[in-house]
Amino acid sequence: QTFFSPEDKDICSSSECRTPPLRQFSQSSLPLHRKSYMLSTFCTEQNVQECQSHINQEVSSLGLQPVWTESGSSSEMNVVAVLNCMYDLIQMHRRGLRSLENMEVEQLKSSGNVDYLQLTSTRLKEQLELSKRENTGLLERERQLQLKVKSLQNCLKNEKEEVQKLQNIIASRASQYNHEMKRKEREFNKLKERLNQLLIDKKEKKQAIDVLNNIGRADGKRSLWKTEKTEAKHEAEMYKALLSDYDTRQRELLLENAELNKVLQQMKKDMVSILSSKKPILKGDKYQDDGAQADSEDEEEVFDSSKESVELYCVHAREKLTNSIRLQWRRLKSHVERLDSQGSLHAALSLFDLCTRRNLEIQQCKDFIQTQQQLLQQQLSSPCDEETASLLSDCYMLQEKERLGDEWKTLEEQRTIFERERRNFTEAAIRLSHERKAFEEDRATWLKHQFLNLSPFPDSKKPPMSKSKSAFLICECLLFYNLLFLFTNIFILESIEAFNSFLSKIRDENVTNFASFSVNSPASC
Amino acid sequence: MNFSEVFKQSNQLCKVSPDGKYLATCVQYRLVVRDMSTLQILQLYTCLDQISHMDWSSDSLFILCAMYKRGLVQVWSLEQPDWHCKIDEGSIGLLSSRWSPDGRHILNTTEFHLRITVWSLCTKAVSYIKYPKACQKGIDFSRDGCYMALAERRDCKDYVSVFVCDDWHLLRHFETETQDLGGLEWSPNGCVLAVWDSCLEYKVLLYSLDGRLLSTYSAYEWSLGVKTVTWSPSSQFLAIGSYDEKVRVLNHITWKKITQFEHPATINNTKAVVYKEVERRPAVGADDLSLHNITIGTTLFNTQSKYEICPPPVQIPVVKPDPDRANPKIGVSTLAFSSDSRYLATKNDNMASVVWVWDMQNMSLEAVLEQCSAVRCFQWDPRRPRLALCTGNSKLYLWSPAGCVSVEVPTEGGFQVQSLNWHCSGDSLILLGKEQLLKLTETQRTLEYTSGLPSHTHLAGNV
Repeated sequence: QTFFSPEDKDICSSSECRTPPLRQFSQSSLPLHRKSYMLSTFCTEQNVQECQSHINQEVSSLGLQPVWTESGSSSEMNVVAVLNCMYDLIQMHRRGLRSLENMEVEQLKSSGNVDYLQLTSTRLKEQLELSKRENTGLLERERQLQLKVKSLQNCLKNEKEEVQKLQNIIASRASQYNHEMKRKEREFNKLKERLNQLLIDKKEKKQAIDVLNNIGRADGKRSLWKTEKTEAKHEAEMYKALLSDYDTRQRELLLENAELNKVLQQMKKDMVSILSSKKPILKGDKYQDDGAQADSEDEEEVFDSSKESVELYCVHAREKLTNSIRLQWRRLKSHVERLDSQGSLHAALSLFDLCTRRNLEIQQCKDFIQTQQQLLQQQLSSPCDEETASLLSDCYMLQEKERLGDEWKTLEEQRTIFERERRNFTEAAIRLSHERKAFEEDRATWLKHQFLNLSPFPDSKKPPMSKSKSAFLICECLLFYNLLFLFTNIFILESIEAFNSFLSKIRDENVTNFASFSVNSPASC
Repeated sequence: MNFSEVFKQSNQLCKVSPDGKYLATCVQYRLVVRDMSTLQILQLYTCLDQISHMDWSSDSLFILCAMYKRGLVQVWSLEQPDWHCKIDEGSIGLLSSRWSPDGRHILNTTEFHLRITVWSLCTKAVSYIKYPKACQKGIDFSRDGCYMALAERRDCKDYVSVFVCDDWHLLRHFETETQDLGGLEWSPNGCVLAVWDSCLEYKVLLYSLDGRLLSTYSAYEWSLGVKTVTWSPSSQFLAIGSYDEKVRVLNHITWKKITQFEHPATINNTKAVVYKEVERRPAVGADDLSLHNITIGTTLFNTQSKYEICPPPVQIPVVKPDPDRANPKIGVSTLAFSSDSRYLATKNDNMASVVWVWDMQNMSLEAVLEQCSAVRCFQWDPRRPRLALCTGNSKLYLWSPAGCVSVEVPTEGGFQVQSLNWHCSGDSLILLGKEQLLKLTETQRTLEYTSGLPSHTHLAGNV
């Protein structure tokens, strides 16, 4: 039998969902009975005393009146006390059950609360998440808007500057217009004044020219009447001038064109040769290069057959040339890139070598130029007074000068000797001519004598014969002497001529030498 | 270098005859003709008033002297000193006067540009040309003297008339596509006429001799445009200097821009040589200030100057012009090609003390010359690539690819070089001061010194 307290009933009715535990409890109360039933083995007839004391202890520990007092010979228990104790215990038990119920209710409540709170917290977390996302979105929008604002501000600044510039332009144009207006107004006023003056003025000063006499035209020709023929001639001359200008310009352009074509052709040839020479090195691209070679060979043939540059005036030929050059250039470029990527050490090293050598050369040249410049500066800036200047001015040429001086001296001596000999020879020639004249006269007289003495008679005098003979001999001698003299004269004249030319040559050399030396050494300004 | 004596002149009127034999100068109302080599006075003519303009005829036989205030032009003959000719424009006034290329006609522009009167000295005939335009350069003769191009303005439109100088026959008359024609110039080969607009619009038009429009070039809109235009002597290039401080070069085959030269305030170019003039005032000690020294020499107070080569980067002094004034001092105002078309010298007005020399072969900057004061005048030697410039002080500066020198003009009393002219042979220079003139002849040595040295020796010194 279960004993339900009214409070239990209340609890039962107040909480709908509380019935299960109550039921459980009510169900659990049965096991208590059963337990109590099972616990009956606690007390047996043998250990009544111990059980009594034990229960006493337990009861007193629970704060109840003891069930049994020790001082009593009777082993009978105080039934009232026991019943009270039992009642107290039952009350206690009921109270415990009630508090348990309460606590369970509380627990239910709090678990419900917890659930509720959890739900709300997840909801709030979601809300938070959502609002965070919204926030970032808004921040992003704000950033973009700020950027836009900045760009708009920039635009505004630019526009303001532009406006300012335009205003400045307008201002300058306005001031220019005003200036022009004022100028025109001033001129207009002057014109008005002059007009007034002219209207008032009675005597008008006419234009006139007063020339002493007419002068002829600059080109001396007579001036022509203006007729249609002259007008046509002028037109023709004008067009001629224009045409000749176009002609010269076209010729120049033709020449330029031809040169450029030549250069392009040369470039193409060079590129083809470079590419073909590189062929054996690259085996992998052999097929490609073969193809290229064949291609270029084809083109070469085409161009060999049409060597004249006139052919290149045709647009197609021009295009062909430029296309072929573009192709070759591309090939060359790819080839060079390949070389670069392959890292051709040999080529790089040789190039590096070349570079270093060139750099050294450049450095040497620079040093040389530096020293030259220093020397030049020294020369220009050295404070030279008159004497040292004059001394130093020809210092480079001293040796040469001395040598030349010596040679000059010897030449002069030879010249004087020649002069003397020449004089002697001329005197001899004069003497000879005199003697010759005398001889001629003698001869003439002798001949005269001979002629006069000539007689058909055989007894002619002998002595004149010897005279004539001797005279003849003298004549021969003199002739011979004459010829000898002539030859020597010619020889001397020729030698004198040679000598003179030699002297003049020496003189010229001297002059040029000195001239070049003086230009190279600007010792004094 | 040989410096001649100092002679008087007025109005910067000093011209060498086209054949190079004579030198004509004006002193108040007198015209003095000297022999070029000896500077001895050969002829002396007296005009009726102070001479405003003087010019030689092309055959070096006649000289015209124009007196604008009186409206008179007097022509003198060198061969016959007794010959006289007087042209009186009367009440119509005289604005400018010039020779025709044949040396036998005189073109007078009347006041207010009403008309151009062509006076013939052969026949005393008169012709009139109406509606000439008043602009920077309204008349140009072709180099061979055959044609004259004249800018006209009728009914608010610009026209160009081409006349044959032989008989003043109007060959062509065409309208130009300009808003307000600023100037025109024939190319040296006489086949192309360059026409440009006023500074309010950047427009350069190229017309062929027969009046066809060959090409139009416009670099930008709205900002102030063309300031100066020059042809290269070979007719290959047309250089246009504009208010945006740039020079644009057009080529004669396509008439398109092949390069543009800029004038930045900082030069970073390492290939160009920057010469900077450095003045050195001689230190005057207390003992030097004796009366003797002061009377002897203004050379005491003359500043020595020489050129220094500055390594890049170099800062150029810039003067910002007043933005409210018309014709502001900004932009490239002076361009000059050397006689072989190899070099181009430019001057930017807001960097007035700097002359830039550009190499036309490489299209790059060759040299920059920075002077101590504003450059007044520069001119290329007609024979060699040599540039002479002056800045208004008593020095003459010469640049050649070999180097740069500054030459002190040794005169007592100081000689402020205001402008200079080369003689056609390139052997002598005429220097003009305020009221003085000086002839400078070169000796063989200076010729080599300044032009014959190899280019890697950059000399910066003074002679």
